[in-house]
Amino acid sequence: MVAQNFGHALFCAMITLIISFPILGFNLEAQGINVTLTGAKTTTIIGVVLASIIVFGFQLFRDAIMGALGTLPRFNPLAGREPMEPSRRVKLESRIITVLVVLFLFWPFMVSRGSVDLATLVLIYIMLALGLNVVVGLAGLLDLGYEAFYAVGAYTFALLSRYFDISFWLALPIGALLAALFGLVLGFPVLRLRGDYLAIVTLGFGEIIRILLNNWTNVTGGPNGIGGIPDPTLFGMEFGRRVKEEGNTSFHETFGIAYSGEHKVIFLYLIALVLAVITAMVIRRLMRMPVGRAWEALREDEIAARSLGLSRTAVKLSAFTIGAFFAGFAGTVFASKQGFISPESFVFLESAIILAIVVLGGMGSQLGVILAAIAVTILPELAREFSEYRMLIFGAAMVLMMVWRPQGLLPMRRIHIKLNRLE
Amino acid sequence: MLEVQNLSMRFGGLLAVDQVSLDVQEHEIVSIIGPNGAGKTTVFNCLSGFYRPTGGKILFEDKEIQGKPDYRISRLGLVRTFQHVRLFNQMTVVENLLVAQHRHLNTNLIAGLLKTPDYRDRERKSLDRAAYWLDRVGLLDLANREAGNLAYGQQRRLEIARCMVTEPKLLMLDEPAAGLNPAETRDLNQLIISLKEDYNVSVVLIEHDMSLVMDISDRINVISQGRPLASGTPEEVRQNEDVIKAYLGEA
Ligand SMILES: Nc1ncnc2c1ncn2[C@@H]1O[C@H](COP(=O)(O)OP(=O)(O)OP(=O)(O)O)[C@@H](O)[C@H]1O
Ligand SMILES: [Mg+2]
Repeated sequence: MVAQNFGHALFCAMITLIISFPILGFNLEAQGINVTLTGAKTTTIIGVVLASIIVFGFQLFRDAIMGALGTLPRFNPLAGREPMEPSRRVKLESRIITVLVVLFLFWPFMVSRGSVDLATLVLIYIMLALGLNVVVGLAGLLDLGYEAFYAVGAYTFALLSRYFDISFWLALPIGALLAALFGLVLGFPVLRLRGDYLAIVTLGFGEIIRILLNNWTNVTGGPNGIGGIPDPTLFGMEFGRRVKEEGNTSFHETFGIAYSGEHKVIFLYLIALVLAVITAMVIRRLMRMPVGRAWEALREDEIAARSLGLSRTAVKLSAFTIGAFFAGFAGTVFASKQGFISPESFVFLESAIILAIVVLGGMGSQLGVILAAIAVTILPELAREFSEYRMLIFGAAMVLMMVWRPQGLLPMRRIHIKLNRLE
Repeated sequence: MLEVQNLSMRFGGLLAVDQVSLDVQEHEIVSIIGPNGAGKTTVFNCLSGFYRPTGGKILFEDKEIQGKPDYRISRLGLVRTFQHVRLFNQMTVVENLLVAQHRHLNTNLIAGLLKTPDYRDRERKSLDRAAYWLDRVGLLDLANREAGNLAYGQQRRLEIARCMVTEPKLLMLDEPAAGLNPAETRDLNQLIISLKEDYNVSVVLIEHDMSLVMDISDRINVISQGRPLASGTPEEVRQNEDVIKAYLGEA
């Protein structure tokens, strides 16, 4: 066994060396106008060599190590437990979600402004992940360009407010519908493709939108982005210190309280909360509706589904469009929260993070997705010192997930429709 | 109601179906038999729109349907089962039947979200229809089980029930008795006859179980190596020289 692995281990060690040595082993240093190449410190070189040796050792004894890791679940007290009965589980899940929502409701009044801001971001990610979950988890379509629809929502609001003075509340449905329209138009030719091809084309689409935003300078402002995006108003009351729009009143004057920048942050947070709850509820309902069953049927056995009269294109397109709709929703909120957007905010990494949330959460499970969204957004903030290694930790976490719990934190359990007429 | 004229299907160099013609009248059970690999399933795949035939015509209720997408053909009332059972295994039994009734449900998203009276009404009706057919095939007790956990014979019956809730005009069954024990085969026999008699559905049947075929078929088509070999009533086919030769030759 070990002898068999020897060649492979050697190969892996060489690869490690080849990849890491040029990256870590050489430094480009600017001296005046010249750039010189200097060798690295000996410690770095020793480190690289050491890493190669570790890789070599691991690959050599790989089976033994993985076998030992495989027995780890034995030490896990929850391992051998009977799975919970589905109906009880669904109930428990809804209860936990309710508790979470209540907690979310009181959150902004207990913590600092920064935390509220972060929590708003978490809610935006929850919306995005719930939307992508429809596409990836429920309909089984790997969409790597999801941030494109997010961008459409955000830019719709930014441009409408800039050129037509349209308020947040009007832009919210317009942004979502426009994103949905984009989903529909893009989805139509693309959804005939399967699996990997679909992933690649959607990836391309995400990039096209970003590059378009970057280069269509006279409309979108290019890389400089668009600023001055207005905050939402509450029945015509503005949250700024001074009223910007003719005819509006300001919140703090109306209620006769002192002005505080926090009001606005909290208000935006509450809007995001309400929208996230609406998103979750609508998608929950969709899952029980004919369209939700059609998604699952098509994912499970496309041939059988088609033989029963389900049109593949229509069903997949509905998932794609609905997913895009919620991304547009989230985009509008995001634009309003930031007050400024640029193509920078809609890079592929965004899609990757949202997809990671869906995968971590357990494809198709709402509670799982919500918990994963919280974890993925907040952990990097808590571990600021490690921010450089964020992606590394992220990658490691994903690999470990795939090894130990490929079905995600809380694998999906769809709410089954019951026939209650069994005497 | 169904008329197939000179149907051909070629896969590369292999002519899997070669100039097959057959017809099905209303209120009739027509069987297709033939040795393994004769091209029976391929004929079904062409009829149900799963393959685009390379030659010939298929008329369903006097309309040409060859080359139409499968889901459209299914909506016309031409529905099939599969040689290897294809259920939605992780869905419950009753949900399998609900998926099949997609067409009968109110699929308007807004209506569903608001639970309009029409939406509820149709949902209730399709649950009723599902319950009726489950009772009919003896699976009502298992309605809330996951379909993948059913015994093989039960899965077969569920697949037929799933076709029936779509309210088809013509049902195509691909070896429905395969893997069933004699008692189950007898029940199936009864069921197929009842589909014809009580629900006015015509049936096209592919089957290797000769006793079943001879029992219930009104007419039989024999194909061998993609070519039509003989056709006629069970009596005629039983006495046909070519058929005897083909079957004895194979055995
Ligand atoms: N998609 C395909 N591509 C290439 N060849 C195919 C395809 N489908 C079927 N064939 C070939 O066509 C011939 C007929 O196959 P078919 O499945 O129709 O036979 P059958 O009569 O249903 O046999 P059985 O009784 O075993 O089910 C076989 O030789 C098969 O290999
Ligand atoms: Mg066959």
